[in-house]
Amino acid sequence: MNIYINVLGNVSPQVTTDNADFLTEPVNKQDTSFACIDPDYKSILQKANLRRMSRLIKFGMYSAQQCLIDSKVENLDAIITGTGLGCLKDTEKFLIDIYGNDEGVLSPTKFMQSTHNTLSGQIALMLNCEQYNFTYVHRGASFESALLDGIMLIEEEANNILVGGLDELTDTYLAVTKRMKMWRRDAISQLDLFSNKQSGSIAGEGASFFMLSKEQSSTSYAKIKGLKILFKPKSIETIYGEMQALIQDAGLEMGAIDVVVLGMNGDQEQDKLYDELIERYFQDKQLTAFKHLCGEYKTASAFGLWTAAQMLGKQNIPEVLKLNKSASPILKNVLVYNCYNNSNHSLLLLQDVNA
Amino acid sequence: MSQKIFISGCGMISSIGNNVAESLDALLKLEHGIRPVEILETKHKGKIPVGEVRSSNEALIEQLGLQWKAGHSRTTLLGTIAAREALQNSQVDLKDGLRTGLISATTVGGIDQSEDFYKEFLKDPTKGRLRHISKHDCGDSTENIAEDLGIYHFVSTISTACSSSANSIMMGARMIKHNLLDRVLVGGTDSLTRYTLNGFNALKILDSEHCKSFDQNRNGLNLGEGAAFILLESEKSIRQRKYKPICELTGYGNSNDAYHQTASSPEGKGALSAMKIALKKSQLNNNDIDYVNAHGTATFINDLSEGNALMTLFNDRIPEIGSTKAFTGHTLAAAGSIEAVLSILSLKHGFIPPNLNFSQVMEEVNILPVKKLLTNIKIKHILSNSFGFGGNCSSLIISKL
Repeated sequence: MNIYINVLGNVSPQVTTDNADFLTEPVNKQDTSFACIDPDYKSILQKANLRRMSRLIKFGMYSAQQCLIDSKVENLDAIITGTGLGCLKDTEKFLIDIYGNDEGVLSPTKFMQSTHNTLSGQIALMLNCEQYNFTYVHRGASFESALLDGIMLIEEEANNILVGGLDELTDTYLAVTKRMKMWRRDAISQLDLFSNKQSGSIAGEGASFFMLSKEQSSTSYAKIKGLKILFKPKSIETIYGEMQALIQDAGLEMGAIDVVVLGMNGDQEQDKLYDELIERYFQDKQLTAFKHLCGEYKTASAFGLWTAAQMLGKQNIPEVLKLNKSASPILKNVLVYNCYNNSNHSLLLLQDVNA
Repeated sequence: MSQKIFISGCGMISSIGNNVAESLDALLKLEHGIRPVEILETKHKGKIPVGEVRSSNEALIEQLGLQWKAGHSRTTLLGTIAAREALQNSQVDLKDGLRTGLISATTVGGIDQSEDFYKEFLKDPTKGRLRHISKHDCGDSTENIAEDLGIYHFVSTISTACSSSANSIMMGARMIKHNLLDRVLVGGTDSLTRYTLNGFNALKILDSEHCKSFDQNRNGLNLGEGAAFILLESEKSIRQRKYKPICELTGYGNSNDAYHQTASSPEGKGALSAMKIALKKSQLNNNDIDYVNAHGTATFINDLSEGNALMTLFNDRIPEIGSTKAFTGHTLAAAGSIEAVLSILSLKHGFIPPNLNFSQVMEEVNILPVKKLLTNIKIKHILSNSFGFGGNCSSLIISKL
C-alpha cells in the first residue's frame, strides 16, 4: 500500500499554518485549556462568508483551504472529515434558544449549521465538488475512521482526497468537562504537562487536514503504510500484538521503527498505559509526544499525524516533541499510537517517501 | 475486490412496529404511524404530527432488560432493540472466529439527555446531571450497542444528516470488499428530540398534517424516530456457516449536491449522480430497477429535486416509485437503513407499499408514485435514496439473489 500524504493544513494552539516551519518556536502558554491561535482568516477565506461561520467552521475551513491551495489539486475525489463533537457552539446556541423562548419561534440558522457534516458540506460548496463526502463522528476514532475511508478510496480508484480531523472548545464544554474532572484544576505551562503528571489532562482543539494522494509529488511528506483502529482492546499485549501485525503487514519488523509517536495526555491514570508500553517494548526507541502542544480532544490524533508527517518530510525531530534522547540519524519508519479515554485506540504506520 | 455483499438479517423499530414482523404487517395493512406528539416532552405535545415509537424510555429499558441507572439515551435504546433483532435474525455466532464490525449512524446522538442537562445547567452551571451530558456525542449510542452485542473488531459512527445510515451501509460493504471485515452490522438510530423538532419547525418544513410525498399540494415532512440495522456478510462468512442470505447489496453511491447547506438543487444533480454511481457499481441498467424507494420527504424542494433527478435518469421508462415517509415519518439518520429494511421486505415478499396521501401530480415533474399496495409482483432490484443537509446524497441498490 502506497498512500502519499502530499500536503498538510493545520490550525492549532501552536504556530502551524506555515508548512515550511516545524515548531521552531513552540508556544508555551500557561492556561487551563489550549485554544487555537487564530490565523489571518481573511487572507484565504472570503470575508462575506466569514461572518456566518462559527469558530470551528472558520478554523476548519482555513486548514482545509491551506491544504487545497498548497496542493494545487483541481479535481478532488473526496472530502472526508472526522469530528468528535461537531459544531458544538452552534448546537449549544440552538439549545439555549430553545429554552430561552420556551420552544417558541426560533431562527433556524444555528440549527442548519449544527449538523456534524457542516464543514465537509461547506468545503464541497466552496469547491463545487460533487464527489464523495463523508463525516465520521466516533469519539477518539473519528479522525482515524475518516483516514481509513480515505485510504480505502485511494486503493479503489481515487487520486486525491482531502481528509481532516477537527473539534472546537467552548466555554460550556469546558465548564461541563471540568466538573467531570477531565482536566487539571490549575493553569499549567504547556511544556510542563508531562514532567508534572497529575490527575486530569488539558483540553485543546484544532483542525488538521491532509491531502492523500495516489501519486508522489514534489511536496510529499510521508507514505501511509498501515492503519488499525481498536475498540477497547483486552490488554496491553493485544495492543502490542496489533502493532506487530501492522508492521509485519507492511513487510517490516519492529526493529525498523525509528520513532514512536505517543498520544499521552498528562493524566496520571490514562498515561499508565503509555508508560507500560514504553517500559515493556519501547525502551530503545526514540519517543515523541504531542498533546502538550495541542491539548487533549477527540480528534487530537490528527495533530499527532501532522507531527509524524512533518518529522519524515523534514527529517528532523524538534526538541519540543522528544520524550527521550536516543535520536536515530535517519528517519524512515514512524509508528503513531493514540488512545482516547481508554476506549478508542489507533495505530498508524508512516514511512519516508524515499524508503 | 469483486466479491459479493450479502444481506443475511435485519432488525428495525419505528412508529409502525417494534420489530420487522410488525413493520411488515403494518405496511400490508396500510397502517401508518403518524400521530400528534405523545411521548416526547415538548410544548408541541398533542400538536405536531410525528412518527413516534409509542413506548417511554422506561418501557424500552424494560423491554431490553437493561439497568435504568445506566441512563441510556433514547437513541441507544432504539438502536439496541433493532441491532439485537438484526443479529438474532441472521443467526450469526459472533464467536466463530470471523471478524465482525459495527458501523452505526446518528444525527442527534444523546442530545435528548443533553436537553435535560441544559435545562438545569443554564440556570446554574453547577447543576445538571453529568450522566446526562456524557451521552451527548454520537459515538455513545454506537459503543453502547457494540458492548451490548459483544462486537469489538471495528466500531465507528457516521453522521451526514439524513443520509447517515445509507452511508454506514455503504462503508460496511466497502470494508468487507477490502477484506477488513468478514461481516458488519450497519444501520442507524435517531430518536425524536426537542432539538430536531424545534429545528425543523424553525425551518418551516414540518407539515401540520399527514405528509403527502410527491403531491402537488405537499406541505412539508413529518419527523419520525427509529432504528434499523442489517447484517452484511462476505461470501467467505456465508460459505463457512452454510447460511442462506436474504438478498444482496449490489450497488451504492454517494455524491454531493454542492448547491446549498440545507436545500437541494432544483434539478437534483447530487441525487442523479449518486443514483448513477450506484447503478454503475451494480453493473445494472436503468431498466433493471423495478422499484425506487424514494427519499420523498414531502418538502417542496426535496420532491421537486428528487423527481427531476428520477426523470432525468429513467427518462421514458420510469419504474415504480414511492416514498414510505408517510408510514414512518422522516427518521433522519435512521431513514436510510429503515428504508433498506423495507426494501428487503418488498423483495422478499413481492410487494410495493403505496405512497400514502397522493392525489395530484406535481406541476413541474411528471412523477406518478405507487397509489395502491401492489402485491404478488416480481421484483429483482430496488433502488433506495437518502439525501441530507450539507448536500449529502446516497443511493443503495438491493437485489434478489
